[in-house]
Amino acid sequence: MSNKFGFDISPSRTIDFDKFDNQILQYVLQHESSFMTCMSCGGCTATCSAGNLIDFNIRKMSLGLRRGKPESLAAEIDKCMLCGKCILVCPRGINIRNVVMLIKKALVKFNPKNDERNN
Amino acid sequence: MNEIISQYFTWPFTIGAIYLGIIVIIRFVRWVIGLSKIDKIRILKNVFTIKTWDSIKEAVSEGLLHRKIFKTNSLLGYMHMSLAFGWFLLIIIGHIETIYHEGTMAFPFYKSIFFRYFVHESTGNFIANLFSETMDLLLLFVLSGVFLAYYKRINSRIYGIKRTTKLKSGDKIALSALWLIFPLRLLAESFSAGIHNNGGFLTQLLGNLLYSSFSLEPAVDYMWLAYSMSLGFFFIALPNSRYMHIPTEILLIFLRKYGVNLKKRFNTYSQIQVFSCSRCGICLDSCQLMNAEIKNTQSVYVLKSIRNKSLTDETLFNCLLCGRCQNDCPVGIELNDLRITQRIESTFEYNSSYEYLEHTKAEKADVVYFAGCMTHLTPAIKKSMQYIFNYAGINYWFMDEDKAPCCGRPLMQMGQYDAAQKLIENNRQRIIESGAHTLVASCPICYKVFKEDYSLPHIKIMHHSEYLLDLVYKTKIPYFKPANRIIYHDPCELGRGSNIYEQPRELLGFYTQLIPIQAEKDRSYCCGGSLANIKIQMHEREKIMNSAINEYLKYEPDFLVTSCPLCKKTFAKNRELIVKDIAEIVCESLQNQYTELQKQNEVLLTQS
Amino acid sequence: MKHIVTIGGGIAGIEASDVLAEMGYKVTLVEKEKSLGGNVSKWSYLFPNMRPIGEIEDYMKSKYDSNRFTVIKNTEVNQIKRKKDKLEVSAGDELKLIADSVIVATGFEVFDAKRKEEYGYKIYDNVITSVDLENMLKNGKNITTPTGKIPKKIAFIHCVGSRDEKSGNHYCSKLCCVTSVKQAIEMNEILPDAEIYCLYIDLRMYGLEFEELYLKAQKQHNIQFIRGKLSEAAENMDKTILIKAEDTLSGYPIKMNVDLVVLLVGMESGKNTQQIGKCANLSFNSNRFLQPVDPHLARNNSSQAGIFLAGTCSSPMSVKETLDNARSAAVEVHKYLMNSDH
Ligand SMILES: Cc1cc2nc3c(=O)[nH]c(=O)nc-3n(C[C@H](O)[C@H](O)[C@H](O)COP(=O)(O)OP(=O)(O)OC[C@H]3O[C@@H](n4cnc5c(N)ncnc54)[C@H](O)[C@@H]3O)c2cc1C
Ligand code: SF4
Ligand code: SF4
Ligand code: SF4
Ligand code: SF4
Ligand code: SF4
Ligand code: SF4
Repeated sequence: MSNKFGFDISPSRTIDFDKFDNQILQYVLQHESSFMTCMSCGGCTATCSAGNLIDFNIRKMSLGLRRGKPESLAAEIDKCMLCGKCILVCPRGINIRNVVMLIKKALVKFNPKNDERNN
Repeated sequence: MNEIISQYFTWPFTIGAIYLGIIVIIRFVRWVIGLSKIDKIRILKNVFTIKTWDSIKEAVSEGLLHRKIFKTNSLLGYMHMSLAFGWFLLIIIGHIETIYHEGTMAFPFYKSIFFRYFVHESTGNFIANLFSETMDLLLLFVLSGVFLAYYKRINSRIYGIKRTTKLKSGDKIALSALWLIFPLRLLAESFSAGIHNNGGFLTQLLGNLLYSSFSLEPAVDYMWLAYSMSLGFFFIALPNSRYMHIPTEILLIFLRKYGVNLKKRFNTYSQIQVFSCSRCGICLDSCQLMNAEIKNTQSVYVLKSIRNKSLTDETLFNCLLCGRCQNDCPVGIELNDLRITQRIESTFEYNSSYEYLEHTKAEKADVVYFAGCMTHLTPAIKKSMQYIFNYAGINYWFMDEDKAPCCGRPLMQMGQYDAAQKLIENNRQRIIESGAHTLVASCPICYKVFKEDYSLPHIKIMHHSEYLLDLVYKTKIPYFKPANRIIYHDPCELGRGSNIYEQPRELLGFYTQLIPIQAEKDRSYCCGGSLANIKIQMHEREKIMNSAINEYLKYEPDFLVTSCPLCKKTFAKNRELIVKDIAEIVCESLQNQYTELQKQNEVLLTQS
Repeated sequence: MKHIVTIGGGIAGIEASDVLAEMGYKVTLVEKEKSLGGNVSKWSYLFPNMRPIGEIEDYMKSKYDSNRFTVIKNTEVNQIKRKKDKLEVSAGDELKLIADSVIVATGFEVFDAKRKEEYGYKIYDNVITSVDLENMLKNGKNITTPTGKIPKKIAFIHCVGSRDEKSGNHYCSKLCCVTSVKQAIEMNEILPDAEIYCLYIDLRMYGLEFEELYLKAQKQHNIQFIRGKLSEAAENMDKTILIKAEDTLSGYPIKMNVDLVVLLVGMESGKNTQQIGKCANLSFNSNRFLQPVDPHLARNNSSQAGIFLAGTCSSPMSVKETLDNARSAAVEVHKYLMNSDH
């Protein structure tokens, strides 16, 4: 009996909503509820000062977080310069800079390596 | 029983006073020892100079007379002054009175505090009467302050304060004791006056009144004991209460005068500032977050949370760093920098390294123009600046036309100083490489960081409002004055942040009719858009923006002029007032004049 | 005879007045401009079937030329007052009308694109709005950019002043997507060599035949649809416009130099509607349109008895919807006057 409909091929190529890694997402949402209102318009990425200098897509990174794919967060988030252009562009009024700061905090907070210190 | 009381009733006072003295000295010594080496050298260097005298003067005018509180709110000022200055005079004059009657200075200190208990022949001749009447007058003065303080707790509105601060238990003891001290003193002295006829107009009147209906003798000792105990309790509770601000503020005044200053990390000088807050609540009134119903993140609460070690990010980061509270704080606490210090502590681990930054080549030019991230979203500003540069024939390089890192200031407002340093270094290299003599910034946020944190020797750093004024003075651009009535909005980072108030006004004087308004210069509003606040929601920003616009509308201006792209963008949400940047005003004027000239030329051509 | 005053002579006002006049009521229509027709008369061809605007104008003309109702032009209504069981509609001191019922058909205004400064309208020459383009199309088929060039690359930007917290308009104007598709097709027909891009957030092809128009645009007109919101525009030395967006479907930021940018401005509740609504104490919704008492069952009833809403003063609507809505307003007025005893 299998009800996997053949989706067990390559876990890295699917978004598995049954095994959702939402620890960081929950933390961000708890402190910034506007985060959920993103409509993926891409305005933030287009205007982004960091994205203007290097490959950095804040929208995709945030979407990954909402889809339970936080793997690339750590490498990406540090590129943001907190310049604030994105918040002036976002049609949903999302506090993107707060999201960035919260992700940075969450990465330290939920890093297993830091368990000792957090206790 | 009464005998024991009469023998020992001074003890609560004496013990309390000694305890307080020791604790305060220990704290002061600890704080001063904790200062950085440079600061300690500063103190040593300045202690025997005029600065000490200046500090004494300031301690009197602020610590006792509360001159600054008076300025913002006279009723509140009177309350603070009557308590502090009145009490101070009671002690001093009481002491002199005791010396006069004792004929010597060698008597225990408590004797002057409980003078009327010990000395029964304190009236009779002119000088003695003068003393006793003065002392009663002073007591009345202090009591009026106490009465106002009672009333403030019940009804803070009359002081113009929207909210007074909440109390913790140490405060409650100290406050109750303080409230009791002077009524008890009044009663104790009146009882003695009723019995011994040694009072002034107030205590004698009350004493006679009471004596006519009660026999006061059995109760008089208890009354003096109660008075002594209220003093003792107050002194013992003081170090762990808000009233610690009284001695701390005095220390702060001296250290500040000696040149001690805040560092990037929290140290004992930060602590001294934190403990100097009198919780007068004036900062609550200054704060526009109130307009957005954000009521618990203001400076007084931050200082309190620092003292209680309960500061959360939600409080710490919900502040525009507009500086309005700092501007109004009567104690002169550096509220912005203190908050930033806390932010540095809070985000210390998250500083990015921005390894991806590359060095890109600079262009040689006389003037570097840095529009700033925000200005790319307000193209009217950058286009105006480009027009003016060309008009004036300036050899300039538009440094961030295509790409450049952010200036670093928004990171610093978040406390990310190390990260900001990386961006600063990258931009700095290019600015120096350009060989320019002047750097012009269109954004006050950039301007402030260029000025304070970029080390750019031999390069003149100017905000475009200063630069354009300079061009007018150098007759590189002409001016003429249309009839537009305008209001100028001082951006926080340019005004309170960088002290640039006059240049934009002078410039606007050449091109418009500037209407003076109440909330201008250091009293100006924040637009609500500040990047320093990452917690505030957009609809809350809008409320702050609207409250400012509603004020401005009262003056019925043709438009609102500002000199910051972020202010402009924030105000753009309003539907009532047209908002323009100061550069647009200048540019439009030049363009109008240009078309005028063209028309005239055409007329001349057709005529000839 | 019962008297009805209609405020606003756009298609909504004309249609509602005509229906009521045919029912036998005395109707007076007041229009602030010197001619009737309202906003539609600014357009050239109508979606979804490219009907020339002249046909709509003829239709309206047949109504108001019939003299079934009175038309007062050049008069701006600025007050509605209740006088016992009647309503007094006035335009300053010049005009005072006593009515048994009033229809508010004050219509909409297009979003002022200058408020979206980062898009450069009236700052960069070659940034225009959909309204400007309609005007150009009306004046013939010689399309040049404001700086005098035949455009080779054109970008249509959706959602300008709609679905945007920054503009204070959270709603979707619902007609601009299809207007964009319509205009893109028209541009391709006139300039077959031009590359045409539509930058959208979501394509809202809600109406009958709208989706077909979208399909046609892709199939027959080579229009490229890019899912991404314009963040900002900049002007190059040669006056072409550099636009910045993200192609959110491929995940890459795009930079594109175009000769002409067309901003699809949304529909807003205009100053007139605001003013009339406020003076008559009508309810507004959070988007500043006039609020009907029930969104399904009483779409034409304002919050005040005897005052009815017709057309786009209550929400964005197409011509078809506006006419439907105006007719239903007429029926509601009729029901109200039948049931009232006065
Ligand atoms: C760019 C664009 C393109 C469009 N293209 C199409 C299309 O192709 N097909 C389609 O079906 N729909 C189209 N529409 C929608 C169409 O324009 C509307 O459905 C229609 O105009 C609505 O008519 P109305 O009468 O409700 O409002 P309006 O046309 O706005 O008329 C209101 C009238 O009231 C008058 N008025 C206002 N206040 C007062 C006052 N106080 N006193 C007196 N008079 C007053 C005004 O002057 C105006 O004449 C388009 C809309 C836009 C924005
Ligand atoms: S704040 Fe960060 S994500 Fe937003 S535009 Fe600036 S660099 Fe990009
Ligand atoms: S601009 Fe706002 S809504 Fe658009 S993708 Fe970015 S966060 Fe989401
Ligand atoms: S911070 Fe300053 S203004 Fe605020 S309560 Fe303390 S002393 Fe008063
Ligand atoms: S800096 Fe401004 S926003 Fe922050 S607490 Fe002070 S007054 Fe309020
Ligand atoms: S109809 Fe289309 S363009 Fe217009 S607001 Fe809605 S989604 Fe945006
Ligand atoms: S068919 Fe329905 S679900 Fe699909 S796009 Fe149209 S409205 Fe949306």
